[in-house]
Amino acid sequence: MKPASFNYHRPQTVEAAIGLLARYGASAKPIAGGQSLGPMLNMRLARPEHLVDLNDLVELDFLRASGEVLEIGAMTRHIRIATAPEVRRAHPLLAAAAATIGHYPIRQRGTIGGSLVHADPAAQIPLIATLCNAEIIVSGMAGTREVSASEFFQAVMTVDLRHGEMLTAVRFPVLAATTGWGFRLFSRRRGDFAIVAVATTLSLDGDGRFATVDIAVGGVDSVPLRIDLSGAAIKGEIPTESRVSDMAAFVADRINPDDGATIPAEYRRKLAAELARQALHEALERTRGVAS
Amino acid sequence: MISLTVNGQTRETVAEPRRLLCDVLREDFNLTGTHVGCEHGVCGACTVLIDDKPARACLTYAVQMEGHEITTIEAVGEAQLSPLQRALHEEHGLQCGFCTPGIVMTFEAFLRDVPDPTEEEVRDVLSGNLCRCTGYQNIVAAVLKAAATMREARL
Ligand SMILES: Cc1cc2nc3c(=O)[nH]c(=O)nc-3n(C[C@H](O)[C@H](O)[C@H](O)COP(=O)(O)OP(=O)(O)OC[C@H]3O[C@@H](n4cnc5c(N)ncnc54)[C@H](O)[C@@H]3O)c2cc1C
Ligand code: FES
Ligand code: FES
Repeated sequence: MKPASFNYHRPQTVEAAIGLLARYGASAKPIAGGQSLGPMLNMRLARPEHLVDLNDLVELDFLRASGEVLEIGAMTRHIRIATAPEVRRAHPLLAAAAATIGHYPIRQRGTIGGSLVHADPAAQIPLIATLCNAEIIVSGMAGTREVSASEFFQAVMTVDLRHGEMLTAVRFPVLAATTGWGFRLFSRRRGDFAIVAVATTLSLDGDGRFATVDIAVGGVDSVPLRIDLSGAAIKGEIPTESRVSDMAAFVADRINPDDGATIPAEYRRKLAAELARQALHEALERTRGVAS
Repeated sequence: MISLTVNGQTRETVAEPRRLLCDVLREDFNLTGTHVGCEHGVCGACTVLIDDKPARACLTYAVQMEGHEITTIEAVGEAQLSPLQRALHEEHGLQCGFCTPGIVMTFEAFLRDVPDPTEEEVRDVLSGNLCRCTGYQNIVAAVLKAAATMREARL
C-alpha cells in the first residue's frame, strides 16, 4: 500500500501548472485534496510519473456569488462549500450535498475540482452539477473552455479534459428563493459513497401547481442521470401524495442500473424510487415554507 | 532533504516524494502516536492536524507539507491530559487504544470549530474513525462531556 515513485512539482501559478501538465501529458496527474487520488496512488491503481500539486494555487480557492451565478474555484474545499453563508444562500442544495461527502476530515481536504474530475458516478458534486446544468471551466495552453456538466461527464471517472488541461472553476446558476430542493442518499455506512443518490429542484405556480420539476439520480449509471420528465405530464398538476409517488415510479422506470454481485439492479431501482419520493417531498415542503 | 514543522519544531529528513506523511512521522521522527490502519483514508487512525485542520496523514505525502504546520497526538496533553483525553479516560472511551489518537486529533479540531455540538453532530464526525473495540457509545459520551467541560472553562 505504498505508491510507486513519482516526481513532485509544486507550481505557484495556474499557468505554471498548465505548463507542467502540457509538458508531461499523460504521465502527469494533478493532485488537489488527494482524497481520491491518494488511495489510488497508495493502491497503485494510478502510477503517474509526475505529480503536480495544486495546493499552492490559492487563487483557485474562492466563492463568488454575483446575481445569477455562483462561481466556485477548483481548489475550494468541501467544508467551505458546506458551511459558507454565501453558498447556503445562493445554492443551499449544493451546500447540503457537500455536507454529506465522506467524513469531517475528508471534507477539510477534498476539493470541488477534484470531485468533478474524479467523476465517481455516485458522488454528490457531479450529481448536483448535472441536475443544475453547471458550467465547468477548463484551462489549457490553448485557452479556456466552458463545458456543460452533461457533456463534461463522459463515463465512469472519465471527463472531457484534453491534453494539458485542468479544471479551474465551476459555475452554478443561483437557486431562486422560491425554488424547493431536496437531496437524499443511501449508503450502508455514513460517509461511504452512496449506493443511490437523488437530487431535485422544483417550483410551483401561483395556484400551488407544479411549474417546473428537475430530478437527477446518481449511482445508477456510468454518470449522474438527469431524468427527462416531459413524458410524465407534471406541469400544472396538483402536487398530491399519489402524484409524487407516480413521479418517483416514473424516475425508477427511466433508469437501468447494472446488476451487481452484491447489489442487484432491482434494489437500486427501488431505492431510486423511494429516495425520489422523499426528495420530492422535501422539496415541496421547502416551496410551501417559502409560500406561507 | 525536506524540512517540516511538526508540533512547533522544525525537523528535517531525506524522503522520496512518495513517502506518506504518516510514515515519515513514525519512521523518521519517531512520532509513533500517529497510527496507521488502512492507508486509504477510511479508518481515521492516522488523522493529524495540518494547519490546525484534521487530515489523513496516509493521504498526504510528506513532501507536500513543507511550509505547513503539522500537529500530532504527541503535542496534545503534554503536561496533563486535555479535557477530551480526560473525558475519554473517565467515560471508558477506549480499550486497545489503536483508534484513539485519530479520534483525539479529529475532535480537538472539531470542538474548536463547534464548541456546543449535538449528539447527532458528534456521531456524524465520529463516522470517520473506525473503532473495533468500544462500540462508540462511550466515545460519544466522552466527546459531549469534554465539550461541556471546555465550555465551562471558557466562561
Ligand atoms: C473515506 C473517504 C470517503 C469518501 N466519501 C465520499 C463521498 O461520500 N462522496 C464523494 O463525492 N466523495 C467521497 N470521497 C472522495 C472525496 O470527495 C474527494 O475529495 C474527491 O472525490 C476528490 O477531490 P480531491 O480534491 O481530494 O481530489 P484528488 O484526489 O486530489 O484528485 C482526484 C482526481 O482529480 C484530478 N484533479 C484534481 N483537481 C483537478 C483539477 N483542478 N483539474 C484537473 N484535474 C484535477 C486528479 O488528477 C485526480 O485524478 C471520499 C474519500 C474518502 C477518503
Ligand atoms: S491509515 Fe489513514 S485513514 Fe486509515
Ligand atoms: S479502542 Fe480499540 S480500536 Fe478503538
